[in-house]
Amino acid sequence: MSEEKVGVYICHCGTNIAKTVDVEEVATWAGEQPNVEIAREYKFMCSSLGQDLIEEDIKEKGLTRVVVSSCSPHMHEKTFRTACERGGLNPFFFEMANIREHDSWITDDKEAATKKAKALTNAAIERVVHHQPLEPIPVEINPNTLVVGGGISGITAALELADAGYHVYLVEREPSIGGHMAQLDKTFPTLDCSACILTPKMVDVGQHPNITLLTYSEVEKVDGYLGNYTVAVRKKARYVDEEHCTGCGICIEKCPFKVIDNIFEAGLGERKVIYRPFPQAVPKYPVIDTENCVYFQRGKCKACQLFCPTEPNSIDFEQKDEIIQIQVGNIILATGYDLFDTRRIPQYGYGRLANVFTSLEFERMVNAAGPTDGKILLRDMETAPETVAIVHCVGSRDKNYNEYCSKVCCMYSLKFAHLVHERLPGAEVYNFYIDMRTPGKGYEEFYHRLLEEGTHFIRGRVAEVTDAARNPGEEGKLIVQAEDTLIGKQRRIPVDMVILSAGIEARSDSKEISQLFKMGCDFDGFFIERHPKLDPIATMTDGIYIAGTCQGPKDIPESVSQGAAAAARVSSLISRGTVMMEPIRASINQEECSGCRICNNMCPYNAIVFHEDRHVSEVITALCQGCGTCVAACPSGIISGAHFTNDQVLSEIEGILWDVRKQPELVPGD
Amino acid sequence: MKYGYYPGCSLERNAYAYHQSAMAVAEPLGIDFIEVEDWNCCGATEYITIDLLPAYALVSRNLAIAAKQEQNGNGNQLVAPCSACFLNLKKADHYMSESPELSEQVNQALAAGDLNYEPGSVTVRHLLDIIVTDIGFNNIESKVTKPLTNLRIAPYYGCLMVRPANIESFDNQEYPNSLDKLMKSLGAQVVDYPLKAHCCGGHMTQISENVALGLIQRLLKNAVDYDADAIATVCPMCQLNLDAYQDAVNKRYGTNYRLPILYFTQLMGIAFGMPPTELGFGKEIVDAKPVLDKIERGRLENE
Amino acid sequence: MVTASPTVRAQTFLEEVVAATPGSDPHLQDCIQCGTCGGSCPSGADMDHTPRALFAMIGAGMKDQVLRSNTPWYCVSCYFCMVRCPQEVHITDIMYTLKRMAIKNGLYKESTTPSAAGFSETFIDYVENYGRSFEFGLATRYHLRYHPVKAVEMATGMGFDMYRKGRMDITPTRIKNLNQLKAILDKAKEIGGTE
Repeated sequence: MSEEKVGVYICHCGTNIAKTVDVEEVATWAGEQPNVEIAREYKFMCSSLGQDLIEEDIKEKGLTRVVVSSCSPHMHEKTFRTACERGGLNPFFFEMANIREHDSWITDDKEAATKKAKALTNAAIERVVHHQPLEPIPVEINPNTLVVGGGISGITAALELADAGYHVYLVEREPSIGGHMAQLDKTFPTLDCSACILTPKMVDVGQHPNITLLTYSEVEKVDGYLGNYTVAVRKKARYVDEEHCTGCGICIEKCPFKVIDNIFEAGLGERKVIYRPFPQAVPKYPVIDTENCVYFQRGKCKACQLFCPTEPNSIDFEQKDEIIQIQVGNIILATGYDLFDTRRIPQYGYGRLANVFTSLEFERMVNAAGPTDGKILLRDMETAPETVAIVHCVGSRDKNYNEYCSKVCCMYSLKFAHLVHERLPGAEVYNFYIDMRTPGKGYEEFYHRLLEEGTHFIRGRVAEVTDAARNPGEEGKLIVQAEDTLIGKQRRIPVDMVILSAGIEARSDSKEISQLFKMGCDFDGFFIERHPKLDPIATMTDGIYIAGTCQGPKDIPESVSQGAAAAARVSSLISRGTVMMEPIRASINQEECSGCRICNNMCPYNAIVFHEDRHVSEVITALCQGCGTCVAACPSGIISGAHFTNDQVLSEIEGILWDVRKQPELVPGD
Repeated sequence: MKYGYYPGCSLERNAYAYHQSAMAVAEPLGIDFIEVEDWNCCGATEYITIDLLPAYALVSRNLAIAAKQEQNGNGNQLVAPCSACFLNLKKADHYMSESPELSEQVNQALAAGDLNYEPGSVTVRHLLDIIVTDIGFNNIESKVTKPLTNLRIAPYYGCLMVRPANIESFDNQEYPNSLDKLMKSLGAQVVDYPLKAHCCGGHMTQISENVALGLIQRLLKNAVDYDADAIATVCPMCQLNLDAYQDAVNKRYGTNYRLPILYFTQLMGIAFGMPPTELGFGKEIVDAKPVLDKIERGRLENE
Repeated sequence: MVTASPTVRAQTFLEEVVAATPGSDPHLQDCIQCGTCGGSCPSGADMDHTPRALFAMIGAGMKDQVLRSNTPWYCVSCYFCMVRCPQEVHITDIMYTLKRMAIKNGLYKESTTPSAAGFSETFIDYVENYGRSFEFGLATRYHLRYHPVKAVEMATGMGFDMYRKGRMDITPTRIKNLNQLKAILDKAKEIGGTE
């Protein structure tokens, strides 16, 4: 029997707990347990009155420990720890039992629920008696930030932070920032020219004194924790010397070889082997595509070097990748999306039927700076179509591919319809849809505009696109077959061009990226937010934030908002300067350490160092994240985890097994 | 390689050419077919229209017998050359494993005949599947002595071999290409036409001739538009519809199709150098002699 | 706190259809009315209701109209609808269920293809009595009963060609263990089962 005085509080949580758990009984029972000074039940412990109860009891009854049986610690552990603190107790003299998510919310069986509530409460009581007073560990926040991904979301985040006076490293995988938005022609619903609204921001980024722009670069390794990340960035060799290159573009002009540009031009157009992805690229420095470069493959040509006018020459074939180490306090991931691969749906004919286009291909087509100078043309690059079909929901809202709705395709499909009407005034346009999803500001009005423009809307998901004609009217055309569900009849519409409104998917390597940054992806590959309603830009890993389409399908205004939100969150941490971290850390009893070093390699955070001179290991408290791996791994059992000591954990187990433990032993003859 | 073999009613007479040619090519490929003892009709698409449980019991009697036969080596594989039989067998097994209730009731019925079937005991496969997957194109190519050079073949998959995919399919359900590749390995020129896995109408010829002839005409037209010399089929129903109803199609649509419809095993047999009479040639309504002639001409040209 | 006890209510038509369809859940209630089935159906243009429309009617409880519809009888079992359905509705299986229901309550007679059921019934009659299907018997009985004029036409045309080519038996084949099969089928009918 210790000398501790434990206060126990059983929360009703309205009817959430009380409907299933007999809270009065649990409170009464708890009051009879050893070390318990007082046990109460109360309707809402998290309310001010509830918290006051704790405070007052600590002061008046001299409580030395507090247990609250209520909801998940995720919800209110902080609330009650703070209440204890106000009452004069170290906040770590508090333990919480979850009798809601782990009990009342998972069963209707009142008897079983009450029994379990007792067990959980008792476990907390027996444990809390062993708690030690701990002090949170202050961690300094490095004011630098890493933003991964230079699309509109990453650009927004970078500019917000840079304008606030903080330094930002913006790492972008492609040779230029701009992302998918740079590929678009017009943006819905305002029909703003995408490049016109994007490029000023790109220029700002390129010129901002507080932004270090690392393009054609990728993150390779991330070490550290909130406030103190060390990141290794691989700056891939452009084979162009950025110090001397003036961006004149003569090398590009003179390069004799072209390849199909599968990235920026979506396969519709070509680029040179030494190239800038698009004219307004930031930075202006070109890049050599070594896989297709004749010099790198066969040692010939060198036209770019030959014609480069700078002194010294800006083409450097010997250039190597560079690994740059950066120190940052926070990381924002804004890595964007991939378009759904429409070849996965053979009945839509992409790849087999020439005049079936994906949405990104069509974006490039209508772009004034694109491969057709903005003219809408068939695959022969000569003929203009007279009838165009736009197929909604390709790869989305489909359990065979992606179950979710990609959110933006209805709007961009309407945009495409508008562009066809605009550029080909006599053309007939057919939009095949399941539902028309136009929820944003000005979106429904945009739909009405398209109705006024004479677009034919057929409510029916396209069954197939075929060239197998059934009558002379269909010969030489692409036939789109669908049920016009509002009429209830199957229709075959012969058209010249079909555009597949493909859905948004997570990047193909999103899983690898999430592992690199030690956070999670959902089943669709999108990064997981801390809370889908209340915290969509934070992750479960402190110091890592997400913004834009890498978190889920969304349009440009939402991507911008999330970029700004992530920046605001980081800003608030930087301005605080220091953040208090949970003191749940491991420590090694160095007197008993045998120097076996098993723990060294087990630590996922590289937080254990080995002292050669003394032949002992030591945990670097600042790096330790309290995962407990080393504690379990140590064969001598001499590593202890603060707030998870052997005494604490074992007594918690004993507490749960109270009814089994206390049963009398049956001895023969008794 | 041993396989259980379920011929199905059609292969006894109507599609005897399929059975004969399948047995003929099995030999050089080292396949040993062990027929399911005293098998009964699978019910086609008819029994399940009338009564569900008896329909599944009907099919399952065959599965039960196949499972018992110990000579079925190769992991108790059961091969069906007819696509409808194949799907019925596969579906019965699959739905019984998904629904313990259904399995129990079917087994109750089987018990009345002293039989029992544990779902999953037999793996049901289509004849084309074992040939392309287990034997493999290289093996087949090595047996070709009379390549079908110059012959333009439109491979026709029909529906029930590749769909539905909630019961795993060995080839793409919209745009398969295993038969294309098989024909290529026989040296033929393969016609890649878009309707190769579209429906022949099945029993609609008896229910609504209008609809059926429309479907058949679309297929013939497409194959002919792409200059096919012949269509290769994997199912007796498809062969019957495309072959025996060509005249009716011509009459109704004023067309002039004379496109030979053959079983893929017949073409394999020719390529392996076997005589046409041993492969069921002569049984087709639309004469296949032009095909044989073209193959012969192609062979002479290349010598 | 008042805990309401659930009232027992009659099975809806949709629930009836689902219960009568084999295997695991046919997902009928998941239909979002997209129309892919109606769009894919090779015989869809000839049906009085597209499959999608039929599912809306099932959801609305319009049992009589559904079972009177010619839709299930025009289904060719190509499975295009089922593989393309974005909600994984087992459309073809449901069509078979509707055929069975229509036969059971006789409403198939009021559809535009009342003879279709007769075809299946004639088919299985041979299977039950011989263990194998019998094409010649099936074609003869069926056509003589429902399209006598056509029967003669077929007999002298295609039927004769098939016989000539040796592709038609004029006598049925009987399996050895027919009694075993009969016992199994009788028991299955007795159990009635999942409908």
